[in-house]
Amino acid sequence: MTVSPDLNVDTVEEIQEASLLRDTMRAFARNRMALLGLVFVALLVFLAIFAPIVSPHDPYRMALDEQFLPPSTTYWLGTDNFGRDVLTRIIYGARISLVVGIVPSLISLIIGTFMGVLSGYIGGKVDFVIMRLADMMIAFPSLLLAMVVMYTLGANLFNIFVALALVGWAGVARVVRSQTLALKEKEFIEAAHANGASRVTIMFRHIFPNVVPTLIVLFSLSIPDAIMWESSLSFLGVGVQPPEASWGLLVSRGKEYLFQAPVVAIAPGVAILLTVLAFNFVGDGLRDALDPSMKD
Amino acid sequence: MTEKTDNVLSVRDLRTEFRGDRGHVRVLEDISFDVGRGKIVGLVGESGSGKSMTALSLMGLVPKPRGQVTATRMDLDGTDLTRLSQDGLRQLRGRDISMVFQEPMTSLNPVRKVWEQVGEPLAVHQGMKRRAIRARVLEMFEMVGIPDPKARLDAYPHQLSGGLRQRAMIAMGLICEPKLLIADEPTTALDVTTQAQILRLMLDLRDRVGTSIIMITHDLGIIAEMCDEVNVMYAGQIVEQANVFDLFERPSHPYTRGLLASIPKATEKRLSRRMPSIPGMVPNLAKLPGGCRFRPRCGDAMPICMQKDPGLADLGNGHGARCWLHLPHDAHPQGETA
Repeated sequence: MTVSPDLNVDTVEEIQEASLLRDTMRAFARNRMALLGLVFVALLVFLAIFAPIVSPHDPYRMALDEQFLPPSTTYWLGTDNFGRDVLTRIIYGARISLVVGIVPSLISLIIGTFMGVLSGYIGGKVDFVIMRLADMMIAFPSLLLAMVVMYTLGANLFNIFVALALVGWAGVARVVRSQTLALKEKEFIEAAHANGASRVTIMFRHIFPNVVPTLIVLFSLSIPDAIMWESSLSFLGVGVQPPEASWGLLVSRGKEYLFQAPVVAIAPGVAILLTVLAFNFVGDGLRDALDPSMKD
Repeated sequence: MTEKTDNVLSVRDLRTEFRGDRGHVRVLEDISFDVGRGKIVGLVGESGSGKSMTALSLMGLVPKPRGQVTATRMDLDGTDLTRLSQDGLRQLRGRDISMVFQEPMTSLNPVRKVWEQVGEPLAVHQGMKRRAIRARVLEMFEMVGIPDPKARLDAYPHQLSGGLRQRAMIAMGLICEPKLLIADEPTTALDVTTQAQILRLMLDLRDRVGTSIIMITHDLGIIAEMCDEVNVMYAGQIVEQANVFDLFERPSHPYTRGLLASIPKATEKRLSRRMPSIPGMVPNLAKLPGGCRFRPRCGDAMPICMQKDPGLADLGNGHGARCWLHLPHDAHPQGETA
C-alpha cells in the first residue's frame, strides 16, 4: 500500500483539502501528447478570437485576377476560386467550426447524461419513456432530422446547435444508461443506501463521478463528429451560408477544384484532421488524469 | 425470551418474502431476537441461511416491490420500524442504524476521496459543512486506528489496503454514533492477522462508543470471541438462540452440534482423519421440506419432525432451540414460542 507523495499533508496547512483540480492538472501535465493537443487547441482558440488581427488578408475580398494562386509569401496557402486568401479563410472558419464543434457536443452531453443516469437508475416507466424517445432519435435518419430543423427554423448558427443537440443526446444517453445499470449494482451504491443517501444524492454524487471518464471520451469524439455534421449541413445548403467560412464548407467548395488547386480543399481538411487529433489527445489525457487509480 | 427494557433492537416474527413469477419464496420466517444495549449479538449460519437478508430487512434495504418485509414488532430503541415510510427509514440509515459490508474493496466508491465517503452520513443527516465534516472524519480515522490519518483523508480507496479500508468503513458506520451497527461478515475478505485487528477494534469501539453490534458471520471462532448472544440460522429461521456460553457448552439443536463438531481442533492427534461435516446441503428455499427444515440432514430425525415445525423450544435462561428433541412429542404448539 502506498500513499502518493502528493498527499503529504505535513507541507500543507493543517487539514487543508488537496484540490481535485490541482491533482488533475499535475497528472495531465505528465502526458506529453495531451499537453501538445492542449497547446494546439489553445492556439486555435487564440487565432479564432483574434482572427481580424492575426489574419493576413480580408476573408471576403474577391480578386478574380488572383484565382488559384499557388502558395507564396503573400498568400501562404494560395488563393481560392475567387482569389481569396485560403489561410485567412481557414482562420475565420475556425471561429465557426470550433463553436459548432464544442457547443452542441456540450449540450447533447449534458442532456444525454441527465437522461441516461435517470433512465438507468430509476428504471421502470421512466426508463421506458426515455429510452423509446432515444430510440426514435436514433432510428430517425439524423441528417434528415437536422435538415428539417434547419429548414423550419432557418439556417443560422443557433439552429445548428439545436439540430445537432437533438440528434446527439440519444447516443450519449444510451452509453450513460448502460454504465449506470452496471454501477447501481455495485456494493458501494448499497453502502450509500445504508448511509441513508437519497436517490438524488446517489445519482449525482456516486454514479455521476464514475461516468465522467466516459463522458470525456464521448466529448472528445463528438467534437470532430459535430464539425463533420456542420460541414454536411453547410454542404447541403442549410448550414453556414457562403461567403461565411467554415472548414466543412471550405472543403466541400474546394473539392470542385481539387485538380486545379489542391491546397484549397486539402488545407482546411488538414485543419480538421489536426483539430480532431488534438481534441482526442486532450480527451485521452483528461480521462487518465481524472482517473484516481492513474495518479500514482 | 423475556422482554427486557434495555434492548436497542427488538424483533418479533420478522418475515421476508420475495414475489417472483413462479410464486413466493419466503427467505426469512419467524425471526425473533433482541439486541441489548452495548451488546454484540451474532447471527451465524451457512451461506443462504438468511443472515444478510435479516440485516437488509432491518435496514429497510430489501428491494421493493418484489421483496416484502413484515413483522409483528421491529423496534429500534423506541422507533417502530414497521410503521416507517421509505423516507423515514432512509433518514434512520446511517444515523441510528448503520452497516459495515463484507467486501471493503468494493464498498467504497473508487472515484471519490475516502473522507468524502466516510463523512457522507454527516452530510446527509446533519447537513454539516465540508470543513467540519473533514475535522470529524479525521477524528474518526484516529479513533479506528488508521495510521497517518491526515494523509489518508485525501486518499482514494485504491490507495488503502483492505484492512485500512475496512477501518474506514467502520469509521463511516460509526460516524453518527448509531444505536446499532450491523457488521455483515466484516472480516471475511481480510487475511487472518488483519481479521484479528479489526475484531479487536470493534470490541474496543463497542466499549468506547457503546454502540450495539449485530455480527453476521459464518465463523464460530469469531462468535466465541466477540458475541454476548448468538442466533444460529438455518434456511431462513433461527434454529438456536442462546448466550454465547450456553451455545458452546450446551448446544441443543442438532445443526448447532454439527457446526461445532465440524470445527477442526488443533489438539486432534490423527490429522489424517476426515473432518466431520453435516451431510447434505442447505435446502432450496423455494422447495423447503415440510415440518422441520433441518430434518433431511438430521441424524436425530423422528416421525414428528416430518409433520410440524417445532418452533423454538424454551430451555430456560433465554436459550431456545427449534427442535422436537426438547419438546414432548405429542406437543402441538400453536403459537410461536418467541
